[in-house]
Amino acid sequence: MSASPPLLRRLGALGPLLMLLVLFALLGALVPDFLGLRNMRGLVLSVTLVGTIATTMMLVLALREVDLSVGSITALSGVLTAVVIARTGSVAAGILAGLAAGAAAGFLNGWVVARLKVNSLIVTLATMEIVRGLAFLVSGGQAVSIPAERFYALGSGTLFGINYPIWLMLLTFIGFGFLLKRTSFGRNVLAIGGNPEAARLAGVPVDRVRIAVFVLQGLVTALAGIVLAARITSGQPNTSQGLELAVISACVLGGVSLSGGVATMIGVVIGVFIMGAAQNALNLLDVPTFYQYVVRGGILLAAVIFDRLRQTGGLSLPTLLTRFTQKDRLAS
Amino acid sequence: MSALIAYQGVGKVFPGVVALDGVSFSVADGEVRALMGENGAGKSTLLKILAGEHRPDSGGLLVEGRPVAFASPRDSQAAGIAIIHQELHLAPDLSVTENLLLGMMPTRFGVIDAHAARERARAILARLGEDIDPDARVRTLSIGKRQMIEIGKALARDARIIAFDEPTSSLSARETRTLMRIIDDLRRDGRAILYVSHRMEEVFEISDSVTVLRDGRHVADYPDMKALTQDQLITAMAGRTITDIYDYRARPLGDVAVAVSRLEGPGLRAPLSFEARRGEILGFFGLVGAGRSELFRLIYGAVPSTGGDVLIHGEPLVSADPRRAIAAGLALCPEDRKDEGIVPLAAVAENIALARRNLLGRPLIDERDEGTQAADLIQLMRVKTASPATAIATLSGGNQQKAIIARWLAADSRILLMDEPTRGIDVGARSEIYAHMYRLAEEGRTILFASSDMPEVMGVADRIIVMREGRVAGIVPRADATPDRLLRLALPDASTGQS
Repeated sequence: MSASPPLLRRLGALGPLLMLLVLFALLGALVPDFLGLRNMRGLVLSVTLVGTIATTMMLVLALREVDLSVGSITALSGVLTAVVIARTGSVAAGILAGLAAGAAAGFLNGWVVARLKVNSLIVTLATMEIVRGLAFLVSGGQAVSIPAERFYALGSGTLFGINYPIWLMLLTFIGFGFLLKRTSFGRNVLAIGGNPEAARLAGVPVDRVRIAVFVLQGLVTALAGIVLAARITSGQPNTSQGLELAVISACVLGGVSLSGGVATMIGVVIGVFIMGAAQNALNLLDVPTFYQYVVRGGILLAAVIFDRLRQTGGLSLPTLLTRFTQKDRLAS
Repeated sequence: MSALIAYQGVGKVFPGVVALDGVSFSVADGEVRALMGENGAGKSTLLKILAGEHRPDSGGLLVEGRPVAFASPRDSQAAGIAIIHQELHLAPDLSVTENLLLGMMPTRFGVIDAHAARERARAILARLGEDIDPDARVRTLSIGKRQMIEIGKALARDARIIAFDEPTSSLSARETRTLMRIIDDLRRDGRAILYVSHRMEEVFEISDSVTVLRDGRHVADYPDMKALTQDQLITAMAGRTITDIYDYRARPLGDVAVAVSRLEGPGLRAPLSFEARRGEILGFFGLVGAGRSELFRLIYGAVPSTGGDVLIHGEPLVSADPRRAIAAGLALCPEDRKDEGIVPLAAVAENIALARRNLLGRPLIDERDEGTQAADLIQLMRVKTASPATAIATLSGGNQQKAIIARWLAADSRILLMDEPTRGIDVGARSEIYAHMYRLAEEGRTILFASSDMPEVMGVADRIIVMREGRVAGIVPRADATPDRLLRLALPDASTGQS
């Protein structure tokens, strides 16, 4: 616990950003077309689903909880929106139904975690299965096509030349970044994740915050699921399997601590782009899907080990330096 | 009789505290020696050194006349030492046999010999005179039986030196009888027994001799219990000259601020009532487990009460919720700062702002307002921190405590519940905390503070409530408080007469 020079400490905090820059430089040099404008645009569009959901996953992880049900909620909200639009012809009703389903699933997660004190890993593992099952039941196991052209605009339309899904992601980046740092709610999330009992005794409404975070996660995930359905012009009950892992990996890569209490929006943005760049490069290099699983899992494993080392102070430049100098002192 | 185990001038210093200062005594084979002293006298540290958990800073241990240096609990066990702790160290889902022979199960061709193991377990249980099924899961046994298993483990390892740390605190009267009989057997068997307890009755019944500690010093040795009375022993434990680091300041008291009436709940054995006035510093003294922390948590609503009322300025506090308590002007500075007080990775300023922010319920954060308030309070409380943005975990215990008090000043709490406010804090910072307590009381706030440190309670409180085993044992005005009187009220047996 020695005080290290502030410059070194700041360098330590810049870790994820350095990692991203190095990765981009490396991929730019090794992978043809990687840094091209066209590919960059594709890359940004490809991370919108993970990026949007990562904003609320950041809050869940900062609370010292986890949510595995996001992939299933993405599927259910898309399918439900498609089915309701097909039945009623109303795009608004479809979107509302999708959002309501996401909020309801989030509320269930949050309520069981907060009130019944059940581990969120297990609760959301259960709802992941339940919600996925509902997506299949609602759709009859088939992709549901959406007979409303104007709904597709949600996925393919642009504003100032930028696609709506990208706008949505940017809005969630800014909105949840503000929520985390500038509101009592966001600070309470960090306080609960940092020490739930201390937060409770200091008057933080712990249960209410927990439920609200899971509801937000459900809502934002549903929104991302609806936009995804608009992009692929149908509701797919088996879409986004394993999405939760990509989202959690992005957060952890971005410095969100799995033991709660530590999160920054800028870190999560960087984590999202590290994941996206790796995926994009694998596609450009025509790496078969089977290898991609291995790489994605490897990135997650590396991210959690990184998180662990950061907590024990084993990986930051300052600690490495002090360790080194202490050894020196012992030797002399 | 020869000394099986001897402490020779053992000293141990923790940051800011001298835990042991040149303690020497020995226990012979066939001797039961009681170790007596108030909380914090150094008994636990002595046992931890025996167990190999701490290493002495000076002096050392002799086992059968040979000096030993334990690097780990394993070394201590190998030397024939067993410690029976207050909290038991058993694997609840393993069987009695597996627990008794943990790490030393008999094997045949490398495979555990279940039959031989069970027979050995039976033999040990028979020696304890206990009717316990060797195949039972430990989880299904009563606390008393589990304690027997713990002693059985010591027998299975053939420990020659056995230390008991408050072994009867969770035993029934009948189980205590059994324990006394077993200790007597162990004595006749030629083992050396070290017995730590607050219970006078037991100590006089089972021990041959007693060593008294006070503030880490060895103050008295009585080689023969029969020539000793309870009064003499209490005087030896309590007798001290109180050095004045307290600098008490008297002040006028106002109306009743808190009235607790027939409060019931977990940790209390009888409905509990008292009142405290504006400007009053009310001390709660008692031994570990007397129910002081539990009482504070009940008043604060951190744990739901099962009966009775808490009135704040005449208004009843409804529903067990710290948020209501805070809105009514209460504040809790918990005993366990690390687990219940601070948000360790958050900044000092953030830790200070937390309660007020939630009390006011404003959705947006006013950085400037919070920043200036935190800076003012850091200055007022003299919190030593590099900056308000420093993570609070990097501060010393005393400065963390001051920051927690600052949190409640930010929320303008009128009634502060301070549980062991100076635990783990060095002397310099302690007198600062006391000065803050006087100042807060002079502002018309009410302070209820719990402490196991008798001089502290006597030095700081206007009035002292002594608790014993979840009850109020007595309420003593400052002028009438003597160490002897407080300890007599706090000890389980002493006050109920010579039994």
